[in-house]
Amino acid sequence: MTIQKTTTKSMDIDPVTLAVLKGRLEQIADEMDATLYRSAFNPIIAEARDACHGLYHAETGATLVQGTNGLPIFVGAMAFAVKAVIDKVAKEGDLHPDDIFLFNDPYDGGTHLNDFRLVRPIFRQGRLFCWMASVGHWLDIGGNVPGNFNARATDSFQEGVRIPPVKLVRAGVMNHDLLAILAANSRVPVSNYGDLNGQLNALDLGVRRLTELLDEHGEETVSAAFDAFTARADALMRSALSKLPDGTYSFEDYLDNDGITADKLRIALDLTIEGDRMVLDFSRSSAPCAGPLNIAYSTAVACCYVALKHVFTDVPANAGCLNPITFVIPESTLLAVKPPKPVGGYTETILRVIGVVFGALALADPARATAAPFGTINALSLAGHRQDGSRWVMFSFFGGGLGGNPESDGLNHANNPISTATIPPVEILEAAYPVMFTQWALRPDSSGAGLHRGGLGAVYEIEALTDADVFLLGERGVFAPFGVAGGTPAALNRFTWQSDEGEKSPPLASKVTDVKIRDGQRVRLETPGGGGWGDPKRRDAEAVARDVRLGYLGREAARSAYGVALTDDGALDPAATAALRETPAA
Amino acid sequence: MSKGISTGAIVGVDVGGTFTDLFHYDEARGSFRTAKVPSNRGDEAVGFLAGLQSFGPVAELGSIVHGTTVGTNALLERKGAKVGLITTAGFRDVLEMRRRDRRHTWGLWGDFVPVVDRDLRLEVAERTLADGTIRTAIDPEEVRAAARRLAEMGAKALAIVFINAYANPANELAALEAAREVWPNANLECSSRILPEIREFERTSTTALNAYLQPVVGSYLAKLDNALAGEGFGGRFHIVQSNGGVMSTDTARRLPVRTALSGPAAGVIAAAAISKAAGFPNVITGDLGGTSFDVSLVVEGQTMLAAQTTIDFGLVVRTPMIEITTIGAGGGSIAGVDPGGMLQVGPESAGSRPGPVCYGQGNTRPTLTDANVLLGRINAERPIGGKLARLDVDAARQAIATHVAEPLGLDVMAAAEAVVRIANSKMAGAIRLVSIERGHDPAKFAAVPFGGGGALHVGALIKEVGLKAALVPRFPGVTSALGCVIADIRHDQVQTVNLPLAGVDAASLDRRMVEEATAARAVVESAGLSVDRIDLVFELDMHYIGQTHTVAVPLPVSVENGTTGPTTGIDEATIRAAFERAYQASFSRLLPGVGAKIVNLRTAAIGRRPHFDLAALAPQPGTTVEGAYAGSRPVWFDGAWHETAVYNRLDLPVGALIQGPAILEQPDATTVIDPDLSARVDGFGNVIVERTAR
Repeated sequence: MTIQKTTTKSMDIDPVTLAVLKGRLEQIADEMDATLYRSAFNPIIAEARDACHGLYHAETGATLVQGTNGLPIFVGAMAFAVKAVIDKVAKEGDLHPDDIFLFNDPYDGGTHLNDFRLVRPIFRQGRLFCWMASVGHWLDIGGNVPGNFNARATDSFQEGVRIPPVKLVRAGVMNHDLLAILAANSRVPVSNYGDLNGQLNALDLGVRRLTELLDEHGEETVSAAFDAFTARADALMRSALSKLPDGTYSFEDYLDNDGITADKLRIALDLTIEGDRMVLDFSRSSAPCAGPLNIAYSTAVACCYVALKHVFTDVPANAGCLNPITFVIPESTLLAVKPPKPVGGYTETILRVIGVVFGALALADPARATAAPFGTINALSLAGHRQDGSRWVMFSFFGGGLGGNPESDGLNHANNPISTATIPPVEILEAAYPVMFTQWALRPDSSGAGLHRGGLGAVYEIEALTDADVFLLGERGVFAPFGVAGGTPAALNRFTWQSDEGEKSPPLASKVTDVKIRDGQRVRLETPGGGGWGDPKRRDAEAVARDVRLGYLGREAARSAYGVALTDDGALDPAATAALRETPAA
Repeated sequence: MSKGISTGAIVGVDVGGTFTDLFHYDEARGSFRTAKVPSNRGDEAVGFLAGLQSFGPVAELGSIVHGTTVGTNALLERKGAKVGLITTAGFRDVLEMRRRDRRHTWGLWGDFVPVVDRDLRLEVAERTLADGTIRTAIDPEEVRAAARRLAEMGAKALAIVFINAYANPANELAALEAAREVWPNANLECSSRILPEIREFERTSTTALNAYLQPVVGSYLAKLDNALAGEGFGGRFHIVQSNGGVMSTDTARRLPVRTALSGPAAGVIAAAAISKAAGFPNVITGDLGGTSFDVSLVVEGQTMLAAQTTIDFGLVVRTPMIEITTIGAGGGSIAGVDPGGMLQVGPESAGSRPGPVCYGQGNTRPTLTDANVLLGRINAERPIGGKLARLDVDAARQAIATHVAEPLGLDVMAAAEAVVRIANSKMAGAIRLVSIERGHDPAKFAAVPFGGGGALHVGALIKEVGLKAALVPRFPGVTSALGCVIADIRHDQVQTVNLPLAGVDAASLDRRMVEEATAARAVVESAGLSVDRIDLVFELDMHYIGQTHTVAVPLPVSVENGTTGPTTGIDEATIRAAFERAYQASFSRLLPGVGAKIVNLRTAAIGRRPHFDLAALAPQPGTTVEGAYAGSRPVWFDGAWHETAVYNRLDLPVGALIQGPAILEQPDATTVIDPDLSARVDGFGNVIVERTAR
């Protein structure tokens, strides 16, 4: 895959027009995002915004323009998806201006089978000008497990139906046969159909808006603007990299297991800074695993992009920012697998990859360091049958704490860095499914300690109101989110359920399939907070006392982690605290 | 004119950060006066009274309508009251957990402090299910104990929010009753009486923010009430709500969260009325302040309402508010070149302190105002607002040279022009966002700038967005105060119903609509201002079953004789047709064969105020264009200096036609007429800026 793109300008564009076009083009992508959110059926798109839209280079597929709200991981992956269509067209020819391609192939454009991409060409004056694409997470696409997060999959056939790039719309005519095949292979065909229409709505609107803009400014000017955006992102990224000290910074973290055996999986990064360039070398990572924790090469690049965008927030979201970066991701690792290796648990692996990028950058420059976020999506589904015999599947991702950082404590109960997903309200879930939440709360003592502590994770306790099957694909049950610059790790992820024999937990930490619970029994998910940033002993003692007063932190943790002593009524005990803090840290 | 009780004059009072603007209207004589007095931050009653007294004895006034930013400021500056919150066991953290979002898409730093600290959030055993079944009833003694404890901890207001209270408010109402027995003041409410709508975080946030504002807004209104009583005022005193309607001070005390956008809403209302009278029913209002540009859309004279507004990260208010889109481009927006070589204007702002470089108050980075000064568009010798004697043009030039011209390799005048162009394009973007992107043709819209700065930029907005014209009201600075006088009385209600459309029980829905309408109407009637009639408006929030977002579906029915039927009445076919119309307008595709659902019933009662004859604002006869001429000065347009005529705007007669380039000056605004535009004064004294016919 070459993301490398020429930065020589086909024409000069004045800085004012450039700024105007940047705003206009981003607005188009934003509006496509908003259109899909509002018309999608499944809450993973509508509420959790698991979708993305943008414009891509005619020949390379490189990202030209992205919305400001698109799901971060898709922002990185879409270029590969568009390239897959470009390759197909190169091989087979036969491209019509009113074609729309559809596919979900995770090995050809990243992520997992639930993510359906629609890619369409934009023609001007009879020539391909650029590509426009929409991606969204559909609720279910067959496979062994409702919602497709199959923690025990050992090949992709168990994860769902794989669709290579095919024409959903050929010269403006919808292929209804393809729709029938898709419908027959999902547990929730109406939901998928609604989401597909939402994506088509978004593309319709994008084409209208882009046509207006091109009519107004002309292809040559807009094309020059695309080149300038790329050059600018390239320049900004180089400027940011050149401020980091040269050297190689190595960081590793582990996945608990692959869902099949209890063996840990290493994600190792050797990050090298040389002037204004960076090498991300993942060669020392574990080999491909038997279970669904593998990812494709394109996914690995995409999640590095996400990590870098979170650290270098001023660099614009287009392919130019990857120009100064060299990726070393050998096929001998679990980060560049080929079909049919299972990839359904990709979310967990990319979160760990993002974490090690944060960790290595923290070594290069503590002033830019962010401690590990909670680092697991906890894909939990409960499924059963209502009294009238109808089937229900409640599927959601859950939140946790973000890492402490130079600016602030980590955010309590946040979404993961790979998404901007909001969580569906309890009341929406209870209205839709026979469940009753008995707890929806912050989880005390779940964050790592630090000068700036991590954000808190959460406790979700759910009572099933019918018999139910339970599936969970999560992580961080064995290896906790790390702290940086002297901060300590957060609490581990914990999942339990009630059974007739008492409380149980998964043999493989946070992964379990096909657990049966009965009407009135509960499952309980306790998620990690974020890691801490900086030496906890330097945290303002009054802030620690406040954390205890608010119930974020226990008295014992205040003493052991922070060296802060409190009086019986909860006030700070300055003398005892001074004594504790003078004791050299063990 | 109107029937009704109002005898004396009505005064609109808009208290801003720097000045309090007043608009005095004598309904009997059809005459008006305006006044401007300094605001007294922290003790607004002083400026408020001083302004009123400038019209004569306060006791002789008939009614006073007030647009206030006390609630807005308390929210933005986090200066509300200490609040206690009682929730369902297991859910006290809903307020702090939000919807599991984060502040920025990119970047993971920053935290969130909720308006109610965790130790002031107590749980009680109770549970209602989604279908309204009470699974666990409340124990009144447990609620009383929780309330007592919160009062002891210093809470000044109490909010009660239980899960699924939208489906059945019984537990909440019983808890409210129990808490009332021990709560030391009147500041307590439960969520089902504020927002009986599904989604616990949004309902909790709205209810908690209401409590947060209750003591603040309550004591502010009490202070004003006392001051007015001390002057012998016996008329009606009302508050403008964020929905652009007026409410009684009693309602404002109970629902202070509805004042969050009170001030700006009044401005939009007035701009809508002025432009409709002038023959421009479709307008986009633009208020250019020091740090931001606020735009709002008016279609066929109707303002647009947003169901939910995020005041700041995690501070969500769900109650209908005039939809105001804010972008970070104001007079104080700082211009500079980023490390990638891109010229940026804003969002960073020098505000009004230290303000633009030309203010000479210590800022050295150039702002939009500095560019306008350098280009000659702003008169450096006569700054608006009257606080500064003159503006420092040389300092502005130096700042633009250093921070914009040199890095971009431009000469300083070209750099200043580029700064204005970037700012114009941001403003144009905001206008596109609310117009073109919602399917409206800009050629049918006029821009209406109000506040001080907007009229400087109307020409670019006309040309960049393709607007029909711009309309500069005769008194841009008192637009919000005028809005207070002419705003209708309005009360909005929402109720989640969750009914599938197929086989809907129309008779039962009809009964609910009548109940809602009766209640909303009673609130409007009790406000006591004279109205010509009360309109009842129904809207359903609907979607296809399986979707979570809804579309707003206006219903073509109204309450007559206590029912919505039978002839014009509500039935399944009417609702379906209305839904499909609304859905098609929002999205390109209907989904035949997929069932639809009614999620919420929204009801608004609107008391229409007597017609206000805006001709009262028109210039008096006897003025001439020649008399208004105030000389000329060089102004930079399109890469060159143009000797430009300057007029005293308020002295221009009706019918005056001014060819650009020209500058129209008045104490609270400067209107710039580009060389290819012209301006005329209409019968109401508005300046209409249009492309010059060729």
